[in-house]
Amino acid sequence: MSILMKRRSVLLGSGALMLGACSKVHDSKAGESLFGAVDDWHKGLQRSLTARNALAPEFAPEDISPFFRGNGSTDPQNDGYPQHVAEGFANWRFTVGGLVERPLSLTLDQIMRLPQRTQITRHDCVEGWSAIGQWTGPQLSTFLDLARVRDAAKFIVFRCADDYTQGRYYESVDMVDAFHPQTIIAHRLNGEPLPVRNGAPLRARVERQLGYKHAKYLTGVEAVASLDDIGLGKGGYWEDHGGYQWYAGM
Amino acid sequence: MRHLVSTRLWHWINLIAIVILFMSGLNISNAHPYLYWGNWGFAPEQAWLAVPRFPGWMTIPDFYSLAKARDWHLLMALPFAFGLLFVWIAMLWNGHFRRDLATRKREWRWRAIKADVVQHLRFDFGHEGGKYNFLQKLAYGSVFGVLLPGMILTGLAISPGMEATLWWLVDLLGGRQSARSIHFLFAWAIFGFFVLHVALLLLTGPIGHLRAMTLGGDHEPTNPPFARPRHENGDSA
Repeated sequence: MSILMKRRSVLLGSGALMLGACSKVHDSKAGESLFGAVDDWHKGLQRSLTARNALAPEFAPEDISPFFRGNGSTDPQNDGYPQHVAEGFANWRFTVGGLVERPLSLTLDQIMRLPQRTQITRHDCVEGWSAIGQWTGPQLSTFLDLARVRDAAKFIVFRCADDYTQGRYYESVDMVDAFHPQTIIAHRLNGEPLPVRNGAPLRARVERQLGYKHAKYLTGVEAVASLDDIGLGKGGYWEDHGGYQWYAGM
Repeated sequence: MRHLVSTRLWHWINLIAIVILFMSGLNISNAHPYLYWGNWGFAPEQAWLAVPRFPGWMTIPDFYSLAKARDWHLLMALPFAFGLLFVWIAMLWNGHFRRDLATRKREWRWRAIKADVVQHLRFDFGHEGGKYNFLQKLAYGSVFGVLLPGMILTGLAISPGMEATLWWLVDLLGGRQSARSIHFLFAWAIFGFFVLHVALLLLTGPIGHLRAMTLGGDHEPTNPPFARPRHENGDSA
């Protein structure tokens, strides 16, 4: 009986310890690498169950939500962004650089003359909410092919114009998502030029991942072999400063 | 009665997984405490439920952190999902499901159900013959057949990375925000089962139950002192 009582106390005690220790486990080096691995496992599982170019669902015009909520930066004030708004983004440039054979610097007019893709998709924020909108813009692959991205490139980094408290926003995807047909550089939402709150003049759409991957206020993309030297090395502003998973498919 | 080693192993791994999933889930709920039906929803006026904010003692970690809560949630989702797959295969393989959990046609008769309910209300938990009585089979059956797999399916349905493959599942559930609402409701239904489960164990000899679920061996539930079996000689049929 007493041995059994002890067993139960050990069981309950270890349960309490486990819960109390969660924060400690999480912040340890081993914890950090475990959670990094978990992100990789989910990516591996999802990718093994999903065809490389399988499309996220696209919706009918009547499914579009009456408003498209803006989140994160919704009105950047840094580094001349308000000036660009006032000029109607006439002097905005979008660059394609890094590991490419032919770096590009494009105006919005040039971007609008490229082949366009229009898609009505659902945007899922990491917080839990969803909104549906119609996006128009060239596929990211169009830019990467024009610039002739090198084989050494393993990731595409999205460069943005908006500052957060700990620095400039940025995000990244691997080549699977960079060349996915629905990964576009959008300049229109619901047929209108992109509103400032949703990332004017250009934002990324990465339809099989959560909202924080869809970088706004794009100034360019950069092809890189590794994310180690970008920001703090985790592949995105929130990954670096907020602890979010780099792969955001779940 | 006797628990197989597959059941015992799964039971404790699943307990750890479910506790962490539930508590990290409440932290995630705090990030946007509104639930919607359909595919989209992003503002309080569209919500069918404004969820109360869960205090730190109910959540993992014990302060608001969507990122860390998601880390724990996604970690424990794996042993939870693969564990359930394992225990279902084991239950079908070793006959536990057919022998102990599947209900018989005669158990669905109103008189039999009424007798079972009355017996429970008298805190009389002895049962002759089978391992579990009808209400137990119903409870375990709903948990194994609906709530636990439902959590995995709704969890997959709210993962944008799976939707290119599982779009039909999202449609079946009524859209992503419906799937998210069901995920939340099922989580609380499992919590309800957990409370009932623990309460009934406490009433029927918790030490014996713990020993049987940990070490195995034979074990019969005992009635609490205030039980009122219909017949003193235990012939309650």
